[in-house]
Amino acid sequence: MELKRVVVTGLGALTPIGNNIEEYWNALVNGKSGGAPITYFDTENFKTKFACEIKNFDFKSYFDRKEIRKLDKFSQYAIVASDEAIKDSALDLERIDKQRVGVIWGAGIGGLETFQEEVKNFANGNGTPRFNPFFIPKMIADIAPGHISMRNGFMGPNYTTVSACASSANALIDALNYIRLGYSDVIISGGSEAAITQAGMGGFNAMHALSTRNDEPATASRPFDATRDGFVLGEGAGALVLEEYEHAKARGAKIYAELVGGGMSSDAYHITAPHPEGIGVIAVMKNCLQNAGLQPQDVDAINTHGTSTPLGDVAELKAIGEVFGEHAKSININSTKSMTGHLLGAAGAIEAIASILSMENGVVPPTINHEVVDENIDASLNLTLNKAQEREVNVAMSNTFGFGGHNACLLFKKLKE
Amino acid sequence: MSDIASRVKAIIVDKLGVDENEVVNDASFTNDLGADSLDTVELIMEFEKEFDIQIPDDQAENIATVGQAISYIEDAK
Repeated sequence: MELKRVVVTGLGALTPIGNNIEEYWNALVNGKSGGAPITYFDTENFKTKFACEIKNFDFKSYFDRKEIRKLDKFSQYAIVASDEAIKDSALDLERIDKQRVGVIWGAGIGGLETFQEEVKNFANGNGTPRFNPFFIPKMIADIAPGHISMRNGFMGPNYTTVSACASSANALIDALNYIRLGYSDVIISGGSEAAITQAGMGGFNAMHALSTRNDEPATASRPFDATRDGFVLGEGAGALVLEEYEHAKARGAKIYAELVGGGMSSDAYHITAPHPEGIGVIAVMKNCLQNAGLQPQDVDAINTHGTSTPLGDVAELKAIGEVFGEHAKSININSTKSMTGHLLGAAGAIEAIASILSMENGVVPPTINHEVVDENIDASLNLTLNKAQEREVNVAMSNTFGFGGHNACLLFKKLKE
Repeated sequence: MSDIASRVKAIIVDKLGVDENEVVNDASFTNDLGADSLDTVELIMEFEKEFDIQIPDDQAENIATVGQAISYIEDAK
């Protein structure tokens, strides 16, 4: 059986640096940072007091009052981004066969704030369980694609993938494969996360995973800089409309790019630490190239996982050197997390969008906040430091790795007939 | 309107996102005010909290309209 080709026909984003695709891309190209003091709760007793929050989005007018009470933030973000992507795709929702449209979404955690508040209420009560009937259906990680399907009537495959920070890349790979195999014509994919809560910040702080650069929140996310001290928590959503190529062509859709391959692997090593030799990361990039039928020298740009943690950044660049050899020096490598912070389960989606827009616009967004050279990083690599670089990008790779040792990799290619 | 009636109606307006004018005594939560089964459970829980009473499940099933809620709570207080 011949596999079908899969293209991207719609994009949507709600991020700490822009509330739609246009704002997001402009912010990326201009090197805007999303880091700022946390406004959601009092951080006095918290080790890290800043994050990359969504800014100036009026959720109360976007959703009706009854609806919003039943939606955790991670579902609200999912709906906003998927609405934009579906609109951008210009799919005719009246005429399309909705049995052939799926939603495969990624979320690393799900409704953390809902969980936190309900458990807090219980703990502060007299022991009588007075949980809200919407507690579970607001919190569960699969409810976001459920809401997207109910809103639009999409009746195809519908679920959430959970692999921590690789979640939405895994969702995109599942969506790619279902369309390749003919299960669906269109799949709305991507991911969302809303973990900037007391439990989220406290939990990640306890792991020593977060930057504590409280005096300089805007420059704290500094992948590849020698003084990096952990990741900066972000939140938001990215949505992509994936569509079978002939289906997209037949309706005259705007095609952004072809999703040509996905790679998956596991470190099988440690719950949070990356493998020191990066064996899982090497494997995932090789898998992905093989899955896409591409050679290392075909790749023009890599949006790294690059979270700004001391160990992870170095291991990933070493792995890139191992996979790409001499060609690694001619690749534009970057980390857009320097601007957006780390959106956990939504990272794969918003970073895939950044890769696609790099191809579309011939510009690679920068890795901002780079000041001090890290001696452990190969100086011959082009890390796209501090300023966007013009570059024709025909093939772009996007890496994401999750706690648990999950690695996922995507390859997009400019569409050729 | 009694104090209880106005507090009951305020909860219904808040939780079901409906207009105050719609919350009349014979309005049914599910048929007239757009509540689903989970909304109804939430309403009962809010009444329990607001009025510091316990409404057993078998009695909660008989509270289907605004008026039934008000009279149940008036009797329970």
